[in-house]
Amino acid sequence: MSIFDLLKEALSSIKVNKLRSILTVLGIIIGIAAVISMLSIGEGAKKQLAQSVENAGSNLLTVFPGIIQPGRGIVSSGRGTAQSLKMKDVEVIEKIEGVKAVSPEISRRFQIVSSSGKNINSLVIGVTPEYSIVRNSKVEKGRFFSKNDLSRVVVLGPTTAQDLFPNEDPIGKTIRINKVNFKVIGVLEPKGSLGFINIDEVVLVPILVMQKILTGSEYLSQISVQAESSDLIEVLKEKITDELSKEHKVPRDNPDFSVIASQQFLNVFNTLINTMTIFLSSIAAISLIVGGIGIMNMMLTSITERTKEIGLRKAIGAKKKEILLQFLIESIILTLIGGLFGIILGSLISIGISKFANITSQISLYSIFLALTFSSLVGIIFGYWPAKRAAKLDPIVALRYE
Amino acid sequence: MIRMENINKIYKNSEIETIALKNINLEIKKSEFIAIMGPSGSGKSTLMHIIGCLDKPTSGKYFLENKDVSTLKEDELAEIRKTKIGFVFQAFNLLPRIKVIEQVELPLVYLGIKKEERKEKAVKALKSSAFPEKFWYHYPNQLSGGMQQRVAIARALVNDPLIILADEPTGNLDTKTGEIILETFQKLNSDFGKTIILVTHEEYIAEHAKRIIHIKDGEIIADYEVSNRKIINNLQQKQKNEYL
Repeated sequence: MSIFDLLKEALSSIKVNKLRSILTVLGIIIGIAAVISMLSIGEGAKKQLAQSVENAGSNLLTVFPGIIQPGRGIVSSGRGTAQSLKMKDVEVIEKIEGVKAVSPEISRRFQIVSSSGKNINSLVIGVTPEYSIVRNSKVEKGRFFSKNDLSRVVVLGPTTAQDLFPNEDPIGKTIRINKVNFKVIGVLEPKGSLGFINIDEVVLVPILVMQKILTGSEYLSQISVQAESSDLIEVLKEKITDELSKEHKVPRDNPDFSVIASQQFLNVFNTLINTMTIFLSSIAAISLIVGGIGIMNMMLTSITERTKEIGLRKAIGAKKKEILLQFLIESIILTLIGGLFGIILGSLISIGISKFANITSQISLYSIFLALTFSSLVGIIFGYWPAKRAAKLDPIVALRYE
Repeated sequence: MIRMENINKIYKNSEIETIALKNINLEIKKSEFIAIMGPSGSGKSTLMHIIGCLDKPTSGKYFLENKDVSTLKEDELAEIRKTKIGFVFQAFNLLPRIKVIEQVELPLVYLGIKKEERKEKAVKALKSSAFPEKFWYHYPNQLSGGMQQRVAIARALVNDPLIILADEPTGNLDTKTGEIILETFQKLNSDFGKTIILVTHEEYIAEHAKRIIHIKDGEIIADYEVSNRKIINNLQQKQKNEYL
């Protein structure tokens, strides 16, 4: 029996039991749709994360005061409390070969009042001109600070600018940070959020002004280091650890600072997202198994109804394999139809989610391939046993079945 | 063409043994028209199943065209049924969702014959069983019992088998329609030289054959040529259509 005849046979029997086939396939559709939408949300989250890390600056290493162990809590460690980084460390790092630019940063939240009376609480970061290079953050309007700037000037993030000066040009206006007047000289271009910090909602001041007027302390919150190329990141991480341990006179294996590559953040979050995606997809896959049991049930019913037909087919010379294939192909076609409609439904769901819930989702070829493989596997696994039963029927018994 | 030597068939059901056939010795030549007759439970169906390679004897030898088929495996028997046997059943056993012409083509599908050739052969078989052309594309449930049985006969003919086995082919039909079916078998035998084995419990039906094998309690108790053979050929085409 040719494959064409087998397909025709299977399709005609699916057509005869239209309603039953549709209801059974619905189980598969729901299962596949759930898997597809879970995978695409996970894929989207990874893409979004990679994008925001890219936005924060490429080939980036960050030195934090205190100990931070990636994967064991980046947030809980002594960020902001530990005081070990100084401007002198910046000079040390700048001398290391392979370093392109170094940006020391001091951040703290302050209450800010604009000349027009608007009042917000915002993150104020003391920076040097290198910030613009390392963090890939350009000025959209006005200008950035010059080196060793000691004047009381600020560059506003686009969101902050909008909040403080709605509908007016902020350049040249005055704001008050911690009761000190600053003049706005520039506004950054918008970039979107990165993890916990929305980098559009910041106020940048010259680092020396930050130290002398606002914090009154010389300690740095972090030092961002840009490597000349991405393959240098691992080497630089070691070298910075070496040099800073020497500078701080602390043992190398127990330093009072941490060097973290942005790639590491990415890896940690990606692992987290993968785990979540696998977890959620597994739950979705359970519904696929339930759908598979539905297919099995339907095939068993259909085979019982068609016992006489099977008997006849055997009497006119059908071999066991031909009967087995006929029913197996029927169940694979059912699950593949379910798979195709499931992919369509799943895609619609993930498009809907990204539209209405503002979560990025990405339908990958991989997930479509996975869904099709999975659904035909369900067809084979849950269709095999009923088909085997049909193939094993004794023709005499089957012909007598009423 | 068919030779059976000491065929026994015993059904084992947990501890009870039922002897269905006892020491059957039988020879059937080409172009014979045989009726296997006996009351229900006599073993005539079992004998037909063994002749038709649907079942295997418990012991003894069965030679089909000088080849011992009594020890073949299931799929090997299927191969023989496919090429050498045609079945006609009491309940017609047509597939409900398939058109007449495709119904007849079905055995050829398993023979792996291409679509065009299948149709050609099916048309030939339908003509041989005197099935009217206007119903070729009807579904079985649109046909009368007599018509359905003709489709079944055409299906049994289509692979050009050595033997046509008919198990109570008139059992579900009224007498007149039954006679038309019997006439078809007689024509196939006389005009095309087909070997036909008819299984029945009615003597009247059996007398349409040339030879009767009488079975009782699993044994052949009589095997004789029919002396007063009933031959149907006096029905006019017009009358036939009336009954179909």
